[in-house]
Amino acid sequence: MAGILVYALHDDEGNFNKNSLGALSEAAKLAGELGTEAAAIVVGDVSDDGAAGLGKYGVTKVYRAKNVPEGLAQPIVDAMAKVIQDNGYTYALFGGGLLGFEIGAGLTARLGAGVTMEVTKVKVDGGKLVSERPILQDSKIADVGYVSEPGIIIGRLNAFDVVEGSGTAEVVDVDVELSEWSTKAEMITRGEQRGADVDIEAADILIGGGRGLGSADGFKDCEELAGAFDNGAVAATRAVVDAGWYPYAAQIGQTGKTVAPKLYLAVGVSGAIQHKVGMQNSENIVAINKDANAPIFEFSDLGIVGDLNKIMPKLTEAIKAKKG
Amino acid sequence: MKICVLVKDVPDAAVQKRIDPGTMRLDRSGENTLNPFDTHAIEAAMQLKEGGELQVDEIVAVTMGTDTAARALQKAVALGADRSVHLSDASLAGSDVCATGLALAKVLESESPDLVLLGQQSDDGECYTIGAVVADHLKMPSLTQVIDMKVDGDKIRCERQAEYGYDTVALALPAVISVGDAINEPRYPSLKAIMGAKKKPLDSKSAGDVGIDAGQVGEAGSQTTVLALNDPPQKEAGEIIEDEDTAETVEKIVAWLEERKLI
Repeated sequence: MAGILVYALHDDEGNFNKNSLGALSEAAKLAGELGTEAAAIVVGDVSDDGAAGLGKYGVTKVYRAKNVPEGLAQPIVDAMAKVIQDNGYTYALFGGGLLGFEIGAGLTARLGAGVTMEVTKVKVDGGKLVSERPILQDSKIADVGYVSEPGIIIGRLNAFDVVEGSGTAEVVDVDVELSEWSTKAEMITRGEQRGADVDIEAADILIGGGRGLGSADGFKDCEELAGAFDNGAVAATRAVVDAGWYPYAAQIGQTGKTVAPKLYLAVGVSGAIQHKVGMQNSENIVAINKDANAPIFEFSDLGIVGDLNKIMPKLTEAIKAKKG
Repeated sequence: MKICVLVKDVPDAAVQKRIDPGTMRLDRSGENTLNPFDTHAIEAAMQLKEGGELQVDEIVAVTMGTDTAARALQKAVALGADRSVHLSDASLAGSDVCATGLALAKVLESESPDLVLLGQQSDDGECYTIGAVVADHLKMPSLTQVIDMKVDGDKIRCERQAEYGYDTVALALPAVISVGDAINEPRYPSLKAIMGAKKKPLDSKSAGDVGIDAGQVGEAGSQTTVLALNDPPQKEAGEIIEDEDTAETVEKIVAWLEERKLI
């Protein structure tokens, strides 16, 4: 039997990840075109209703491996390899996110399978799936096919839209024997939140700060500027969050939040792909950066090449003055 | 214990990277350099060695690549590795992630490392996956994009950002860990280290030397194939202002924002 198997990630409360739900919807659509079916696999503590409910996204079957812990890749590789081999799935699909990368990579080794990552689109060609994968900093798009089964497809963040319908899936419990090395990594804490809570998703205007700010102090200027607008807030790149300059809750991109404000004003942000995927749908993008070659200028509506330390305080003043 | 650091020879950042339309492979003929992400892995190995909590006897830089990759190894050695291993073989050309992971696992196996470190991504391939592929072949636990490592008894306690926030994970050794660039600030090599790098041992190995079956690597062993290469849809280029007179620049920005009713 051909078919597409999708890993559905969930948090400790059993809520499924949006990128996983997008991957389920995409798999259901592709399976329809291929004349086959899409199935999901979940691990850990997922209720009967929770698992069957994934049918809303178009999958007909949900494999549930209760004895496999959620959150670390290798035990899930064990589970997916077993389900793929026992049932003959021809593709495994992952929504964007760190864990999907690791599981997909592990399956590549385990099954001797072809893998593509950062996939932005999947199409059907001659009864097979072909992945569109941007390469060389998104300057080209490679169409990649698979020469053997299964093919492993790892999506880019937000590449696949969630399509919710009705329907329930059949839940099939599977017993998985964990590999010895899969038991050698132990989750101590999962999903720890650090730093103050800031709500960047509700803001109309976001000032996104990056490494170009030079230090944590640069964020004070960002906050001043955000305060000059109505409903403005400050967001940050992963690099500065990792450096401890700004709280994790404000992080945008691959491992952070996805936003689409009316205005995204990027200061000292280079515009790496990992950040771009989290903010590219903003209505207006303005960037200030001293490096004229920064990738952010390639997808900005207005770009200012200059010293942000000079421009930002004056801009804050000017906006305050306009508003009176 | 022995730490192996996987490194890669990549086109220099100043080189305009291109795909050779004949082979559909990256054109590697220009100036090459050590993958910048790998310098963080070497630094992480050095810090483990200098930290003294683990008895690190040896740091070995390992690469796979053509002749030019020897220079990446030399740089890795200048940054602190004690010696290096260069897997090079015509049969490896054109390997995809699946084939590359297998080949690297084989050469690592010949070194029996207690810990394998690597950068989270290569500057050219941007695949983020090699660590996890290699780990499964080596039957070792692994974690990628790690931003903090601490020795905790006989385990390494790692932190990283995952989908829901920060995860802390303890890995038993031997293990494979890919590190993010936030983990450390790599040191600059001293002139003495650069001069001495050429004198440190470099083992060249062929595919056969480490038991790689030629059918499993290169184009023959690759499980993906590039069918076409296209240009992405062009987004209309935005307006660019070069800041010469800041007061004027700010005026232009404000006008632009007002036009769009953003103020």
